[in-house]
Amino acid sequence: MLAYLVKRLFQAIAVMFAISLVSFAIQDNLGDPLRELVGQSVSDEVRQQLRDELGLNDSFLQQYLRFVGNALQGDLGTSYFFKEPALDVILKKLPATLELVFGATVIIIGLSVPLGVYTAIKPNSVASRIIMGASIIGISVPVFLTAILMIFVFSVELRWLPSFGRGDIVPVWGYWSTNFATADGWTHIMLPSVALASIMLPLFVRLIRAEMMETLQSEYVKYAKAKGIHPGRIYFVHALKNTLLPVITVGGVQIGTMVAYTILTETVFQWPGMGFMFLEAVNRVDTPLIVAYLIVVGFIFVVTNTIVDLIYGLVNPTVNLARMGA
Amino acid sequence: MSLLSVRDLTVKFAMRDETVTALNQISFDLAKGERLGIVGESGAGKSITGFSLMNLISRPGFIDQGQILFDGDDVARMSDKELRTMRGNRMAMIFQDPMVTLNPVLTIGQQMVETLRAHRKLSRAEAEQIAIVKLREVYIPSPEERMNQYPHELSGGMRQRIIIAMALLLDPQLIIADEPTTALDVTIQADIMELLLELCQSNKVGLILITHDLGVVSQMTERTLVMYAGRIIEAGKTREIINDPQHPYTQGLINALPQQTLPGHKLKQIPGAMPSLTAIPAGCPFSPRCQYAVDHCRSTLPEVVQYAGVEVACHEVNRLHNDRLEQSA
Repeated sequence: MLAYLVKRLFQAIAVMFAISLVSFAIQDNLGDPLRELVGQSVSDEVRQQLRDELGLNDSFLQQYLRFVGNALQGDLGTSYFFKEPALDVILKKLPATLELVFGATVIIIGLSVPLGVYTAIKPNSVASRIIMGASIIGISVPVFLTAILMIFVFSVELRWLPSFGRGDIVPVWGYWSTNFATADGWTHIMLPSVALASIMLPLFVRLIRAEMMETLQSEYVKYAKAKGIHPGRIYFVHALKNTLLPVITVGGVQIGTMVAYTILTETVFQWPGMGFMFLEAVNRVDTPLIVAYLIVVGFIFVVTNTIVDLIYGLVNPTVNLARMGA
Repeated sequence: MSLLSVRDLTVKFAMRDETVTALNQISFDLAKGERLGIVGESGAGKSITGFSLMNLISRPGFIDQGQILFDGDDVARMSDKELRTMRGNRMAMIFQDPMVTLNPVLTIGQQMVETLRAHRKLSRAEAEQIAIVKLREVYIPSPEERMNQYPHELSGGMRQRIIIAMALLLDPQLIIADEPTTALDVTIQADIMELLLELCQSNKVGLILITHDLGVVSQMTERTLVMYAGRIIEAGKTREIINDPQHPYTQGLINALPQQTLPGHKLKQIPGAMPSLTAIPAGCPFSPRCQYAVDHCRSTLPEVVQYAGVEVACHEVNRLHNDRLEQSA
């Protein structure tokens, strides 16, 4: 187990190194940060002097090594716009995004398992056909369109739910303030969570359905029937457990992808998370913040995938983590 | 009274364009504690017979007509609940490939306990005790440890022993074993068969053994059915069928055994192949492959007749029998 963890840790470090290199390389191609930093009245000499001070005239390698050195000490550069450490800016926005992703994940897990199982057990029923048809629409319609449509229906026409912002939030710890403590917070997070879930949910329903149908054809399910086991137990113990193994793997990757998808959702709903922040940073050519965002998102990807692999090993008895480390 | 009495059982499969008949008017009986072999080539309908006895034919297959009287109840007409109470309890099944029969994510103990608790009001601990006793009966070493192991931690032979133990858990009246050793190593096959025979005899359990191996049938069973293209073409005492087969197909099967051929000579195989269910020939289904077939065979389906102590479906059985007598004289 320990050997496996160490191995995974080295893999994670290698991936993070690659991510940092790629994100840092982008910096050179995002235009001149000086144009945003200083006004038009500043002379060329002062600009040159500022460039030297900021280290923008050093070679790429020098700049990159300095960046990595600082990053290892928790310094991902200073935001040009906010004039404070980029990591701090992101960490302040991170809780809002994570709560949004959490809300969407709860919706996805809560709905995809029962819907996927139902459509697999009764593939020809009317309800199954409706679910499968709706899932195609859900996959095909882009998130921002779903979001705008929902704002139109639930905020503008029905006036049930608010269309933007986080509403009443309650501080919990450090930068983390939660939506889940007040009724107003709940109403505010509802639409964004559903919008964010709208792409992944149909994908998971279809994935679970396909895996479940395959599992239901297996010999061990037939054997369970031959033993006189109750259908409920066959579906939810014999079949579902085997169905969820591949779903867990895909799910881990998708949670990371959802963090990235928040850029669209947060923009439409003016959600003060790091996706919204990222888009603003791009508009302001706030390069240190852009680079820091990419690295943080990459880090979230690596962490979730590592955790998912560990969970997979615990759930699937045929994977022996102790042996895999060797 | 017989334990199992199958009458005119017909199983069909609804395919896209047509409905094919996989089992055609099968009738046979099985006495309490009797051991019956069902032999034939692949596609003869042996496994479908086994599964339909449990009413486990899944779509697009269905039991079209006929009765499966098991201890007085018609399995073909049971409700889902009645079927569930019967399966694994009064009638148990051993599947072909132990590598895929057990659920990979449940322990041996979980899979045995759930079977017991599906049919009897037992606590988990009581069920575990019964399971351990049964594992010991099939000579599983240190059964307490095995209970907590997953199928992938055990060898194929060990798994099939466990499946035999599971079949015996609820002391059924009948066990259907569908080629229980086909997927196993040759060296273990004999062990498993011996174990199955021993347990069936000591527990007085009826056995239906589905196999293509006539050697196994001759050791294990008292009576034998020979199937071809969804029909029973010869049935009788195993000894009679092995020693003096009447149907040309049964003769072909026996002649094809390696023991019947001198070393260095080609095996005597039956020419051609089993017809597909969508294209069963007119008349006797075996006629295109039969070296003795006459015009009559190709036009009219032979009735089952009593001949020389067995039931056989062949027009020319009398002529062939006399020819063989002349040859040996």
